[in-house]
Amino acid sequence: METKKVTRWFWVWQFEEEELWLNSMAAEGWTLCRVGFCTFYFERTEPGAYIVREEFRKRDVADESFLREMGAEYIGRMAMWIYFRRKAELGEFELNSDLDSRIQLLSNICRMLLAVMLMNLGIGLSNLRVTSLGVINILCAGLLAYCYGRIQGKRDELKRERQLHE
Amino acid sequence: MVGQTALTEAVYYILLSLVTPRHGYGIMQEAERMSGGRVKLAAGTLYGALNGLLDKGWIKSVPGAEDSRRKEYVLTDKGREALTWELDRLKELVENGEMVLGGAA
Repeated sequence: METKKVTRWFWVWQFEEEELWLNSMAAEGWTLCRVGFCTFYFERTEPGAYIVREEFRKRDVADESFLREMGAEYIGRMAMWIYFRRKAELGEFELNSDLDSRIQLLSNICRMLLAVMLMNLGIGLSNLRVTSLGVINILCAGLLAYCYGRIQGKRDELKRERQLHE
Repeated sequence: MVGQTALTEAVYYILLSLVTPRHGYGIMQEAERMSGGRVKLAAGTLYGALNGLLDKGWIKSVPGAEDSRRKEYVLTDKGREALTWELDRLKELVENGEMVLGGAA
């Protein structure tokens, strides 16, 4: 089967753009079949044959089998992201449709970012006493704090919307 | 007393469809059918809601379903109580809406 490999970087707050891009590839007949670090592997399919979705979650086997039950195929997993696809002929395929589950998704991302940020900050500060390399961890913590802010901004926007409707 | 706060539309339709035992995909189809195609439950949303409802004891998984890989769920008495409470709440909303707006809408 004809396949191709594309290397592309997405920041954590760009997961919606990533999903849109994966689906525009699927619409052109390149459907995601494997994921790696910043690397996406596509296989030749009928254009628009699949809908691709990604979900941020701790590994949850029950959830995967639940999605398989829905006719979705598990593609793979990169860090905290799990990728699924489903044949478009089975109808619309969404993972999170209502505001509550989208807010939950963003909260989960926030929690993970905060944990990794604090870890980097802690390691950075304790390393600084020994070596200046600790600066790298502190820079990482700074970048993670920025990511956290972006995701939190998205979440707050949804929360404001949630005050008006579901 | 259960309920007290409004149920989300997704939860309302999940509970309503579980008056008879159904598996996940069956719930999705039933919610869509009842709402005339308007309510399309997303898989992640449904999965999250089912776990929350199991924790609350409003639904339970059915033991010994014919195909053990596909878990079936059904409404419990507590769930039925919550649903009845919600129905009364919805009736109140509709009655008040009709009273204020009259037949104008």
